[in-house]
Amino acid sequence: MSAEPDGPEDRLRRFATIWSRAVFPVTSTSSTRPEFEELLLPLARQLSGALRARSFDAEAGRAVGAALVEAHCTDPEALSRTLDCVDAYLVLYCGEDGDREDLRARSGRLQHAMAAGFAQALRMRTLAEQETVARAALEAQGVVAQALHATEARFRAVFEGAAIGIGIADLEGNVLQVNGALRRMFGLSEQSMRGRNVKEWVHPDDAPQTWRLYDELVLGEREHYHLEKAFYRPDGTVLWTNLTVSLLRDADGDPQYQLALMEDTTERRLLNLRLRYEATHDALTGLPNRTFFFERLEKALGAGEGQRFGLCYLDLDGFKTVNDSLGHAAGDRLLVEVADRLQACATASTEMVARLGGDEFVALTTGPDTERTVDELAARIMNALLAPISVDGRELTVRGSIGIVEGPAGERSAAEVLRSADITMYRAKSAGGNRFELADPESDARAITRHGLTTALPTALDRGEFFIEYQPLVHLGDGSVRGAEALVRWLHPQHGVLSPDRFIPLAEHTGLIVPLGRWVLEQSVLQARAWRDLHGGAEALGPLRINVNLSPCQLTHPGLVQDTVEILERTGMSPDALCLEVTESALIGADDDLLKPLRRLAEMGVDIALDDFGTGYSNLANLRRLPVSVLKLDRSFTQSMQRFPADPVDLKIVEGIVSLAHSLDLAVTVEGVETGAQAEQLRILGCDTAQGWYYARPGPPDRLHDLALVDATG
Amino acid sequence: MERPAWAPRSIDISVPSVSRMYDYYLGGSHNFEVDREAARRAMEFMPGLPKVMQANRAFMRRAVRFAAGEGITQFLDIGSGIPTFGSVHEVAQAAVPDARVMYVDHDPVAVAHSQAVLEGNEGADVLAADLRKPREILESPEVRRLIDLNRPVALLLVAILHFVEDADDPYAAVAELRQALAPGSMLVLTHAAYEGIPLPAERAEGAVDVYQRIRNPLIMRTRDEIARFFEGYDMVEPGLVPMPQWRPDTAPEDEDPYASSGFAGVGRTA
Repeated sequence: MSAEPDGPEDRLRRFATIWSRAVFPVTSTSSTRPEFEELLLPLARQLSGALRARSFDAEAGRAVGAALVEAHCTDPEALSRTLDCVDAYLVLYCGEDGDREDLRARSGRLQHAMAAGFAQALRMRTLAEQETVARAALEAQGVVAQALHATEARFRAVFEGAAIGIGIADLEGNVLQVNGALRRMFGLSEQSMRGRNVKEWVHPDDAPQTWRLYDELVLGEREHYHLEKAFYRPDGTVLWTNLTVSLLRDADGDPQYQLALMEDTTERRLLNLRLRYEATHDALTGLPNRTFFFERLEKALGAGEGQRFGLCYLDLDGFKTVNDSLGHAAGDRLLVEVADRLQACATASTEMVARLGGDEFVALTTGPDTERTVDELAARIMNALLAPISVDGRELTVRGSIGIVEGPAGERSAAEVLRSADITMYRAKSAGGNRFELADPESDARAITRHGLTTALPTALDRGEFFIEYQPLVHLGDGSVRGAEALVRWLHPQHGVLSPDRFIPLAEHTGLIVPLGRWVLEQSVLQARAWRDLHGGAEALGPLRINVNLSPCQLTHPGLVQDTVEILERTGMSPDALCLEVTESALIGADDDLLKPLRRLAEMGVDIALDDFGTGYSNLANLRRLPVSVLKLDRSFTQSMQRFPADPVDLKIVEGIVSLAHSLDLAVTVEGVETGAQAEQLRILGCDTAQGWYYARPGPPDRLHDLALVDATG
Repeated sequence: MERPAWAPRSIDISVPSVSRMYDYYLGGSHNFEVDREAARRAMEFMPGLPKVMQANRAFMRRAVRFAAGEGITQFLDIGSGIPTFGSVHEVAQAAVPDARVMYVDHDPVAVAHSQAVLEGNEGADVLAADLRKPREILESPEVRRLIDLNRPVALLLVAILHFVEDADDPYAAVAELRQALAPGSMLVLTHAAYEGIPLPAERAEGAVDVYQRIRNPLIMRTRDEIARFFEGYDMVEPGLVPMPQWRPDTAPEDEDPYASSGFAGVGRTA
């Protein structure tokens, strides 16, 4: 709005400026002062108009007073300053040239009206705001109350519907409130739960600290505790729970209630017990199993000073026969009966019987006096097996071999004890069975070495710890070297050179004999070729032949023929350069299936020698049936010929065997020739070839080469 | 048993409320005698307290207009109290007709009052929540309905952070809010401080004690401490300054000396 300088409009604006400057500091508006001035300008115009109106009406003053309140000038100081300002400047700036007296009177009346309008508007505004805030407070309280109600209802629902048992009791133990889950756990109504006292619920299985923790809690010395606790139900059954009790304090922190949360663990506990039973007992016999036994044995071995243990390790003699001939069901029934009888042998609480598996049982006795009690226990067990066991209408006689280990606690591990017992049991068994033996450290040590060798065997082949020595086979007629027997040796890193009898049975047992045998065969044939290549000039004597031993296990291995053929072909050796030695015992009772591979090899031209002939049950009639071309007489026949004169009976026997062999078209080789007299005697008796220290000990291949050369040239 | 988060705190109008005291300082009558009594006691130490409040309102008005001028149409006012007059929605909706304003307060009376005031206003709403639990604010259905967090928001924390004690980690709460805002968002903040109060510190402490006694402690922070609330945001000119100096419309000589108590600032995220 433009205003001519010092014109009425300009003067009005100057009045508004003065007014706004006076009042602005006591307003609480967020507007700026110039904005506030713009707000006052129409009010000033109203006042100015009223001041100079033809007929005066003070009502305009009321409206201006009310408008001030509207503009948030609620401080009475704003009115006071406004009136001062109007009083001093309204007539001056807006009176124009009217009558001063009259104008001043009008200004005074306008001020009265403004004060009244201001007061009226402020009163209305205050009342309205008071009402608004009161209503807001009421509403807020309603919202809060409603929310609290909802909270409480929800808590109620959570409490009642919780799957976990919840109970609240006072500090004297009086039960105040319990939820549905808790009532169902106890099988009690709310009525009969309430008024009960927590301290009534003592149970014999309560852990020792149970009631101490309770006392600490109700005294406020402890905030909560957690334990497993049993309760009696009204029907006498037991309820097991996971119990957590917490102390509830009031706003000032004083103990007020105890809160119990309970989880029913009865079924889980039963299941655990059953699982534990199943995990620690043998399903067939119901006896404790290996796991359980080891726990007990370890406990016994960990017992304090002065405590001893005694262990009986029982293996039934000939149980395999029962299983094979009568079937597994019968075998199982036999085991159940044996288990029952053994169980009856454990007469004291310090004794236990367990089944380790198969037909192996153990009985353990503990205490200070096991040197005596273990003997008695073993005797009771042997006694218990005396009476025959009736299975499927048959009376079976059961015998067992027992290995006993007895000693002080704290010296050996469970595994060591059990191994010692196992070794001792085998000793009892190999002594004929049906007996018990006491463990002794020396035989343990031997057996443990065997154990060590067994575990070292598999890597020994990979590491090249085996080597072969050759012992010459000499023609008795002309003394020429005709071949050699390959003898495998093991250069053990700790034990030195081991002979085959130390490890071949172990290799047989572990199955390593098959790869080891193949290796020996291959090396030996390669060696034979090396000799042939060197020996080109000695054709007249025929090729140097190599004898290789076959173990019973190799004999039944399906790859025998193929492996042999392959090795011969690869080395370019003819089959008649090879002689496979098979022990007599390996062929006892051999059927056609077993003999078939040997026959195939024999048909190809490989010689088969019957080794150790005369040591077993020498079935002479059987000889015809076997694809054998050489008999190797055991050294026991030739031993007596070392003396002079030789035993005439032995001479006769050897003579008989030689003549029988020759009549069957078999050559005869003798082993263990140690003297010249012996050699001469055997030559007279008609033996074809011989080997032994008289000629040469087993040695490296080049030694044999030298011998053969000497032989050929000499 | 601990009160669950969804149950509001109980209200007790016999205890002074800072939002009703604020209304009283601004000449309103949305208050009860307990509030006025406490406010009068504080004013015995700092007679100019109403001017501090007025400066806060004036700053907020300028800041909202500034934000609207920068294109922001969404406003989240936490600690809104009782909007006596010149509130954010009035200023914002006057500047941008379709502006959206979300008020947040934890005082049930303030919330109930705001509900009454905002009835029929489609672009404004109020939520009962606590600044100390920013996640509850950001994830509330009310905020989700009214505010699009993918677009810039002006977050107003006017005269509220000095009521949050360090134990409640106001920095973490503000950081969480800052991180939830889209690029281009602004943080509008004022905070009480001893700096700028035209009185000896002992007098100001007397007012602080009043708040301590009504169990609503007033935490005075230094300018550096207040600046940390803007971490990661760029300060809008003229930075963190006494309230009257922040983009004034008129010459500051008009201002009451009390208006310079504490600091105000606006930060913006890139």
